[in-house]
Amino acid sequence: MGKQEEEGLGSKHNTSKAENSDQGPRRRKNFGHYVVTFFIMFGVWVVLSGKFDPFHLSLGVISCAIVAYLSADLLRPSIRGLLILLVRWIPYLPWLMKEIFKANLHVTYLVFHPRMMDLIDPKIVKFQSKLEGDLALVTFANSITLTPGTITVNVSPDGDFKVHAIDKASGEPLPGEMEARIARVLGED
Amino acid sequence: MDIMNIIVCVLLFSGLFFLTGGAVGILRFPDFYSRLHPAGKLDTLGSFLAMTAFALFNLHHFSLGALLTSLKILLIVVFIFLASPTATHGIVDAGVRAGLAPWTKGEKRR
Repeated sequence: MGKQEEEGLGSKHNTSKAENSDQGPRRRKNFGHYVVTFFIMFGVWVVLSGKFDPFHLSLGVISCAIVAYLSADLLRPSIRGLLILLVRWIPYLPWLMKEIFKANLHVTYLVFHPRMMDLIDPKIVKFQSKLEGDLALVTFANSITLTPGTITVNVSPDGDFKVHAIDKASGEPLPGEMEARIARVLGED
Repeated sequence: MDIMNIIVCVLLFSGLFFLTGGAVGILRFPDFYSRLHPAGKLDTLGSFLAMTAFALFNLHHFSLGALLTSLKILLIVVFIFLASPTATHGIVDAGVRAGLAPWTKGEKRR
């Protein structure tokens, strides 16, 4: 890697935007994108409106069709990709919840401990992540922030993480298992 | 329905426990960055538990309308889970940009 790590928190930010990783060969617009976008939006419409008479349903159909026509290009979901993502997410979420719960208990223990000032030892942890895609990096950064004891301070597009950890025990396991699991979820391993 | 009530109460009180922990943590921790640990995240789990309790309690008298309301409550949880870490990250980022150095062991609390 041979990357120079910038020392100190006050260092300037890496302002270079993500190198438009979306610029790959432009995927063909196909009908499937519109259909998937439409059904996702219509599902949300039904849940939010809660009315099942023909008038409100047809209003929903019309507006969802218009929005799907305008934004299917933007979202580009495919049925296959969605299913794969769903199947991989299902085992990840309970694991993430378990980690969040465990780590929350740890922070609550610190909060209520009478000698809290002796126990905590805030540090900036730096590491290089193997993940590449924007979505994977965002998921990883948010998962780190969600598990208490650690907050993502800065992520560069090439995967340099800076994480603020409240004590030694919280910072040590990074990147560790969570990174491996996200790589599996998003198909990057 | 007694079991349901017990589950709802347990969920509510554990949610309350974490929310209290968050509030106490904001007061007790020594500096800006470490205060964000309880502020941004104990709240997330606390509201998740409380919202789940509401959604369950709402299903007491089961009907389609009640189910839709419960789904909406769960939708709130989803958005909290997306927004809360992002907002916490934004606040930390603002602190870093302003050049605030983190508290380290041995310093006086701020």
